[in-house]
Amino acid sequence: MRIERRGETPRWLQAAVPIGSIAIALVFSAIVLLATGHNPLHAYRRLFEAAFTDPGALSSTLTAATPLCFTGLAAAVAFRVGLFNIGAEGQLYMGAIAAAGVALALAGQGAVVQIAAMVVAGGAAGAAWALIPGFLRAFANTNEIITSLMLNYVAALFLNYLIFDTISYWRDTSSPGAEQFPQGKPLPDAASWPTFGLGSNLVIPFGLLVAAVLAGIVLVLYKRTRFGFEAAVIGDSPRAARYAGMRTRRSVLLVMALSGLLAGVGGASQDGDFRHLLDPRGLQQPGYGYTGIVVAALARYNPFSVVLVAFLIGGLSNAGYALQGVDFPAGLVGVMQGIILFCALGGELLVRYRVRLGRTGAAEPAIAR
Amino acid sequence: MNSSFGVLIASSAVVYGTPLLYAALGELLAERSGVLNLGVEGMMLVGAAMGFFVVQRLDAPSALALSAAIAVAALAGALVAAIHAFLVITLRASQIVSGLALTIFAGAAGLSSYLANDLNLAASPARHAFSPVLPQGLQDLPIAGPLLFGHTALVYASWVLTVAVALYLARTRPGLELRAVGEAPGAADAVGINVSAYRYVHTLVGGALAGVGGACFSLSITPQWLDGLTGGAGWIAIALVIFAFWRPDLCLVGAYVFGAFSALPFTLQARGVTVAPELFQALPYVMTIVVLVAVSTGAVKRHLGAPAALGQPYVREER
Repeated sequence: MRIERRGETPRWLQAAVPIGSIAIALVFSAIVLLATGHNPLHAYRRLFEAAFTDPGALSSTLTAATPLCFTGLAAAVAFRVGLFNIGAEGQLYMGAIAAAGVALALAGQGAVVQIAAMVVAGGAAGAAWALIPGFLRAFANTNEIITSLMLNYVAALFLNYLIFDTISYWRDTSSPGAEQFPQGKPLPDAASWPTFGLGSNLVIPFGLLVAAVLAGIVLVLYKRTRFGFEAAVIGDSPRAARYAGMRTRRSVLLVMALSGLLAGVGGASQDGDFRHLLDPRGLQQPGYGYTGIVVAALARYNPFSVVLVAFLIGGLSNAGYALQGVDFPAGLVGVMQGIILFCALGGELLVRYRVRLGRTGAAEPAIAR
Repeated sequence: MNSSFGVLIASSAVVYGTPLLYAALGELLAERSGVLNLGVEGMMLVGAAMGFFVVQRLDAPSALALSAAIAVAALAGALVAAIHAFLVITLRASQIVSGLALTIFAGAAGLSSYLANDLNLAASPARHAFSPVLPQGLQDLPIAGPLLFGHTALVYASWVLTVAVALYLARTRPGLELRAVGEAPGAADAVGINVSAYRYVHTLVGGALAGVGGACFSLSITPQWLDGLTGGAGWIAIALVIFAFWRPDLCLVGAYVFGAFSALPFTLQARGVTVAPELFQALPYVMTIVVLVAVSTGAVKRHLGAPAALGQPYVREER
């Protein structure tokens, strides 16, 4: 067997590999379930029902998919140009902190002002947090992977500090029990983002629409603008980009800021769409930032596919919460997400390389010409 | 601050630093071969779960049960690491994405929780746990007692391991070849070193040590099962490798510095001093960023920086 690099990847393969990966992952997960004495068919049926067909399941899946759209887009815009921003987790926290802050400060204002201010503040805070590794990468040549990862924990600890260990602007001090069980101050009613009902049991959160619009903007930005072209060249070959006179530092900063902005708006959406207060545990427990990287990788960093994959992975996460403890093994969702991603990563080999069977590759005729 | 307070901090720094030391030494070996594994947290948790399982189910004298538990924890960590090794070495997948996938797969909401639930680990505290090994007389000595002689076998083994890893890297032929693989895999391949084999072995050993590090929690620090009981130690271990400039001797120092940050808030609280624990908990991450920036430039990078081929797949045909 020989492995050679492909010049071009056939289009059908780009779609077939992710779908095949999910199918193979289901087989592997079934083996895990069988080996531990569970019935895989039963588990999968419950999973599918809880994700998509139970009453209200589809709306909950959209709720779970919304943050993954944002963090998936955040990872996709950076990863596809070779910048490994794995800090969407922390950028989302900073976005949530800023958005909750302006919502509290603007109490008494109308809903339009509130929502616009939350989106802007969340995006700006996320972008600012992402610019720390961005600047270090652009001007000190420091690897952004580790710095963005470390900053996730700094942001998480800052978030905990605001609610659990100090009397901050965000912390609720008035309601009974606030002393024993610290939590965020409830946001004003006007800061609740609207929802759109389709039929009787499908509720679409406003944040999901924002994410879809942002996905479209990102797609245009990368396919149709000079910025996108330069970013792609820099990702492929920084040296070629510099010789061509491109401003690589500026491009790195812009991509990091865009990536952080997307995650930050995701944090604002958490406040406005779902939580209506600054909720450190609720924001940290699901690991939206890391799951967003799974989503982006499965979507092969294409913004449009990110939205689709977020829906699937969101369904899986949602089913995990819904089924916890009943007749459904704990931890299975993480195991399945991991296996899906392993298969997708393995399948990537087929996208990038051609596997020839047989002793020598020369005997095989070239077909695609 | 009196001396007994300092001794208390220092001895608990050793306790909290030991799992970091094991995991960081393992990650260091993997990174020296050129493989970045961000799945440390996941490997630690699976090691912690399997080690704990052995202690609960194996009917054997304490010492034997604990040794078997450590062996199984190491094996479990290595098996989880094998997934990463196969994906990034043989299939040339992205090390970053694969490592994160490993943490999601094995971590607090993945395999470790699945196993713990299936094996019913949370039901009871550990039947055997590591306790101080040296004679009581030595432990009762002032200052040196709690600092040096009051520890468990895990601590002393970690000291031996640190020396062994340092000697291995600096004084043995395989250690030299390992460094060559991590710095210049093309050159290593040209002189007949099997790059893939080195990377596989050290990634697996790295996983095994992460598994042992996880078992430090379930068999010594906590001794019971809680989902996600490592509480992010795996990420601190990754930071520690950088903080220690990829050197085992500095890993030992760094592990205890970072361990002290974990221990300080509790110790201070017990004395009635309230400090926000987040302040100390954030220090390892901030210090690591500072160190990373410092070693990112010019001449410093060559002497103290990351292995040159870290994170890059090696493909002979594309050299």
